[in-house]
Amino acid sequence: MVINIMKKLKYIFITFYFLLSTFYLFSQEQRFPKPEFETGYEQPSTITPEPRALALEYFDVLILIIVLSLASYFALKKRSRQGILWLSVFTLLYFGFYRNGCICSIGSIQNVVQSFFDPAYSISVTALLFFIIPLIFTLFFGRTFCGGACPLGAIQDLIVVKPISLPKWLNKTLGLIPYIYLALAVLFAATGTDYIICRYDPFVGIFRMDAKFHMVVLGISFLLMGMFVARPYCRFLCPYGVLLSWMSRFSKWHLSITPAACIQCKLCTNSCPFDAIDFPTNEKEVIKSGLGPKRFITYAVIIPLWVAAGIFVGAKSHTFLSKANPDVYLAELLISQPELKNDPENIDIETFLASGKSMETLVEEAEAIRADFYIGSMIAGGFIGLVIGFTLLNTVVFRRRQDYEPHKGNCFSCSRCQDYCPVEK
Amino acid sequence: MEKNKTKNRREFIQGGVRLSLSLALGGISGMAVSSAIKDDYVWQIDPFLCTQCGKCATDCIMAPSAVKCVHAFDLCGYCDLCGGYLKPDANEQSTAAENQLCPTAAIERKFIEEPYFEYHIDEDLCMGCGKCVAGCTSFGNGSMHLQIVHDICLNCNQCSIAQVCPSDAISRVKASEAYKVKGDFTNKPEV
Ligand code: SF4
Ligand code: SF4
Ligand code: SF4
Ligand code: SF4
Repeated sequence: MVINIMKKLKYIFITFYFLLSTFYLFSQEQRFPKPEFETGYEQPSTITPEPRALALEYFDVLILIIVLSLASYFALKKRSRQGILWLSVFTLLYFGFYRNGCICSIGSIQNVVQSFFDPAYSISVTALLFFIIPLIFTLFFGRTFCGGACPLGAIQDLIVVKPISLPKWLNKTLGLIPYIYLALAVLFAATGTDYIICRYDPFVGIFRMDAKFHMVVLGISFLLMGMFVARPYCRFLCPYGVLLSWMSRFSKWHLSITPAACIQCKLCTNSCPFDAIDFPTNEKEVIKSGLGPKRFITYAVIIPLWVAAGIFVGAKSHTFLSKANPDVYLAELLISQPELKNDPENIDIETFLASGKSMETLVEEAEAIRADFYIGSMIAGGFIGLVIGFTLLNTVVFRRRQDYEPHKGNCFSCSRCQDYCPVEK
Repeated sequence: MEKNKTKNRREFIQGGVRLSLSLALGGISGMAVSSAIKDDYVWQIDPFLCTQCGKCATDCIMAPSAVKCVHAFDLCGYCDLCGGYLKPDANEQSTAAENQLCPTAAIERKFIEEPYFEYHIDEDLCMGCGKCVAGCTSFGNGSMHLQIVHDICLNCNQCSIAQVCPSDAISRVKASEAYKVKGDFTNKPEV
């Protein structure tokens, strides 16, 4: 009651001001004019500390380029695990703890996406550079970014204690999650809903030494898991890793396990904590497994079915996904529970009611967002279907391999395997 | 011989894909650059939109929040009965803690001359709850208002308060104009 009266009073005040301001357009209408001081009092100025200087942001980009170049040099030329290791330590300290893990290349995906879909947003050059430079490097040298320049990769890499090898099917299945994560991140960024990569970054709380409780738990459990399942975030979540792996598959150069010809000594077979080393093809097994052209054709033919299924699931789940958008959420809440309008506890509703925005406008906006979600979810679903289809197809493609080679898409260029190779240059 | 051929073919395909991937990257950056700005972004609160809901104190990733009350002295009426300093129902006008609006006693009051006082906010104590802002806006000139203070803010890629702000008061602003301090009333676009 009292609040209501106060609110009314406020409106009367505001109307009053409005009237006044139309009369005296340029004069100040303070309720209480500033006094004339007799004692020669000097008014202090409002303190507004400047943000981090722009030059320093560009300095970060420079550091990124230097670290990437060094990582590529260590992995491909110098073949030095030591070098990569120290580089990771530096990255962890600088980009992780000093820069608090922000801005990072992984999150910059969302900035790039938003700059395409939101005309009011223009990306800053530094964010764009953080997105594009590692991809370019990867196109030439493989994922050396993951090896030495990514703070999230570094923190996981440094705590690997006793990595266990996961069965192939599990690696492949879990390896689909990053595609789903990427599709969702793009969907949410494009609809202006949220930056989920940033919100659910498990390590940023550790870099900042400050986070909500559940994020701390998440970060610590990732680290604990990472002692045995090496780099769990990189392998089974990182959406930027998807893009990097696409680039890396076609990289011009890539680190090789041996500096010269492989002598099949098998010393490196267990050296990779990430199961990223491909073994020579065992011709006998291939024949025995009976995976031949027939299977290939079947899998190729069902790819469109996977896509269709993905689109269907996407279309079905768009209502659910769109609830993450605050406007949609508020509109739904007000429609389903109109009695909440009288609940002074609900700040969102109170603010909406006080803002003078009409219910129709809100619903209209929410519907527009939901329509975007409808299309976006179908595209995302189709994309995921396509990825599943191709992953299946890949399981029956046998590329003849004589030697032990790193899988170009999955290798993080950490240089571990090179230490195991007895071949001299 | 055979082997060399397959190898050459594979290299050719790889080279082709690499070229198209670089072109794609170039295209993406070109499109993004066309709308990019050299300046960096920071997050800031529009004091004319903010409704002092209190989420700034709780939803910042920093604890205490990077949002602080700033005082635009230009606007201040130097009131003795400061709506931001004293609780509206303060039974005495003493500055005893129970009469102060600020839960952390972050507002310092300094006597200037009869009957004027200067109000200054201790940033280390302020947690950005906006109680004083609400008081000052309803009973005074509205010279106190909330701003994201940039030597504390980490400039998250996505400000987690902006995500929950019910008034959509937080948006990206250019780093060269990092504050929206209320200047004088003529700055107010419209009511
Ligand atoms: S996979 Fe992702 S998180 Fe891991 S190192 Fe690479 S970019 Fe970083
Ligand atoms: S969350 Fe928004 S409305 Fe609430 S105090 Fe902060 S800026 Fe003001
Ligand atoms: S009342 Fe809240 S916003 Fe105002 S000075 Fe105190 S802590 Fe800061
Ligand atoms: S950008 Fe981050 S640190 Fe700054 S006010 Fe928002 S949540 Fe707090």
